[in-house]
Amino acid sequence: MLEQQRDYVLRTVEERGVRLIRLWFTDVLGNLKSFAISPAELENALEDGMTFDGSSIDGFSRIQEADVLAIPDANTFEVLPWGDPKAVEARVFCDIHNLDGTPFEGDPRQVLRRNLQTARDQGFNFYVAPDIEFFYFAPPEKGQTPVTLDEGGFFDLTTTDVAGTLRKETIRTLETMSIPVEYSFHEDSPSQHEIDLRHTDALSMADSIMTFRLVVKEVAAKQGVHATFMPKPLEGVQGSGMHLHLSLFGDEQNAFYTDDDPYNLSPVAKQFIAGLLRHAAEITAVTNQTVNSYKRLVPGFEAPVHISWARNNRSGLIRVPIAKRGNASATRIEYRSPDPATNPYLAFSVLLAAGLKGIAEQYELPAEADANLFEMDDAALTKLGIDTLPQSLSDSLKVMEKSELVKEALGDHIFEWFLRNKRTEWRQYKTHVSQFELNRYLRAL
Amino acid sequence: MDLVAVFPEPPPSDLARTLDLAGYRWKAVGSADDAARHEPPNGWAGAVVACDQDPEGAWAFCRALRKRDTPVSPLLVLVSGGQLADLELRDELFDDFCLTPFHPVEVEARLRHLLFQGFAQVKTETIEYSGLALNVETYQATIEGRPLDLTYMEYELLKFLAQNPGKVFTREILLSRVWGYEYYGGARTVDVHVRRLRAKLGEEQANLIQTVRSVGYRFGQSRWGS
Repeated sequence: MLEQQRDYVLRTVEERGVRLIRLWFTDVLGNLKSFAISPAELENALEDGMTFDGSSIDGFSRIQEADVLAIPDANTFEVLPWGDPKAVEARVFCDIHNLDGTPFEGDPRQVLRRNLQTARDQGFNFYVAPDIEFFYFAPPEKGQTPVTLDEGGFFDLTTTDVAGTLRKETIRTLETMSIPVEYSFHEDSPSQHEIDLRHTDALSMADSIMTFRLVVKEVAAKQGVHATFMPKPLEGVQGSGMHLHLSLFGDEQNAFYTDDDPYNLSPVAKQFIAGLLRHAAEITAVTNQTVNSYKRLVPGFEAPVHISWARNNRSGLIRVPIAKRGNASATRIEYRSPDPATNPYLAFSVLLAAGLKGIAEQYELPAEADANLFEMDDAALTKLGIDTLPQSLSDSLKVMEKSELVKEALGDHIFEWFLRNKRTEWRQYKTHVSQFELNRYLRAL
Repeated sequence: MDLVAVFPEPPPSDLARTLDLAGYRWKAVGSADDAARHEPPNGWAGAVVACDQDPEGAWAFCRALRKRDTPVSPLLVLVSGGQLADLELRDELFDDFCLTPFHPVEVEARLRHLLFQGFAQVKTETIEYSGLALNVETYQATIEGRPLDLTYMEYELLKFLAQNPGKVFTREILLSRVWGYEYYGGARTVDVHVRRLRAKLGEEQANLIQTVRSVGYRFGQSRWGS
C-alpha cells in the first residue's frame, strides 16, 4: 500500500505540474509549521524523510538532540486550491521521527497516533466532529480593541454580504481539500461565525482542523479581513468554542449505541462519559490552553462552567444530542468546553484517554443534571456533587501537574514542556497591570 | 527460461513438485517486498499464488504485484472451493485460477497457456462516466475537463466504483476490495470517503455516488433504470 501511495503522489506531482510541496507538521502549542521542498526532493523525502533542526520548533528537541526526521504521510497529500494555477503547490502532513526511526515523542501527531492505537487494541476507532466558532475583524492594530465588521464603516458593502461571501468561499475551499462541511451559520455575537465539520476518524480530523484554521484565515486575508480563533476576543459577548462530538466505533457498529436504553446510550458510552467527567479538570489545561480561554468559561455566555452531563442542557459540560430514531451511527456525546485555540492532536489524545479510563475501570455514570446550573448556588451544587471546571490557566495547570492520566497520554516530553511553557505564560500574565485595575483603583485608592 | 514468482514461502509441497516436474524455473517469495528484492533484471515472467494457507496475505500480495508501475503478469491463483467467492470483484488481480486440491496436469496446462499468450495486461486507459474521466495510467481525474484533485484513497474508491457502474456495494465489500484486508479502520471509513468524494465532485455531480439505504453505495444509475 505504501509503495502505491508514493507512486500516486509522485505521478500526481508530475501530471499536475506541482512546483512546490509543503511539508506540514504541528508544534506542541498547536501552531502549524511548514517547510517547502521541490518535486526533485520529493521521492527521497517520501522514502527516507527530511532531516531538520528540531530545536527551532517550540516544544521539540532540546539542543543536544536537535535533529529530527519529517516523514510525509502520503495519504494526506493534497493539491492546494489557492495560489497560482500555473505554479501549483501541494501539501502533505508529516510524522516526526527520531533519527533512529522511532516516533519522536515531542510530535503531537505521533502522540495522537499512539493514543489511537491504544483504543484500537481495545477494538475502538475514535471519531470526532467539531463545531468551530471564530470571529471576523478588521485587521487588528496593536493594543486596540478588535473592530467587528458591522462597525466603523469598515466595508462599504453591507456586512452580511461580505461575511456571507467569505463563509461560502471558505466552505468551497474546505470541500476541495477533503473537509466536508455539515452546517455553517452566523453566530450570536457580532462578526462571529460557526462551521460544523462532518465526523471522521480522529487523526484525519486533527489534520482537518489544522487545515481549517489556515483556510479560514487565508480566505479572509484575501479580502483584507482578519479571522481569529482567540477564545474570548470581546468582553460582554459570547466567546468562540469548539464543541467536540465524540463517538467510538467497533469494526462495524457504533459502540455508543444500544437499543435498550431510553437515551440509546450503551454501557460503553456511559463509562466513557463518566471517565470524561471524572478527569475533566485534569485535561482542561490541554483543551483550554490560553490565559484568555478562561474568560470564555464563565456563566451567562453558553459556555460550560460545571462538570456535569445531561441529555439536553447547554449549561453542562457534556450534552447527549438526540439522534434520529434508528440512526445508530449518529449516537454521540458533545464535549463543550474546548476552544478553537487548542492543539487538536493533544486535545483528542487526553479526551480519549479519559474516556477509555472510564471504560477500563467501569466508572459509574453520575446522575443527569438537567436543571439550569447557573441558577443554583454553591450549596445546592455541592449537594448534587457537581464541581466546577478550573477557573484559570493557573488552576488548570495545578490539577494537570498531578495527573498520571495526562502524563501518560501526552508522554513525559510534552507533559513537562507544556507545563513549563504554560507556567511562564501565567507568570507573565500575572505581572500585567490591566485597564480594569487602572479604571477601578487608580483614582479611588 | 524466465523466473516465475511463487507465493507463499515455502510453497505447498505439491505445487513445488508440479512446477519442478514441468520444468519451470521458480522462486518462492513471502511478501511483495521479497518479490521486489529477488526480481530478475528483466522482471518476473509471471506468478503463481496459492491462497489456501493465508488468503488475506495472498490477495494483498496479488494486489501489490498488480499495482506496481510494471504489473506482474500473468498471475495464476490457486483457490479452494470455499474461496471461489473471493474471486468476485478481484478480476484485475489475477489472469486465471485453478481449484485446489489441483490436478498437476491442469496447473501445468493453464500455466503453459498463460505464458504462451505472453499476456500483456489488458487495461482500459480511461474510465468515463457522465462528465467524469479517470485516467488509470496517470492517476488523473477530471470532471467536465477540469482537474479533480483527490487523495490516494479517494482516487482508488472512485476508480473502483466507476469501473462497476450501476452495481450496489456494501461497505464491507468496498473496504476489503479498495482498502484491502491490511486496513483496520472499520467500515465507517467508507462513509467518510464517500462524503469527501461527494463534496469534491460538487453539487451537480455529488449524486453520482448514491446511498442505497441499509445496503451501501452505488455509482451512477441503477442497472434496472430506477
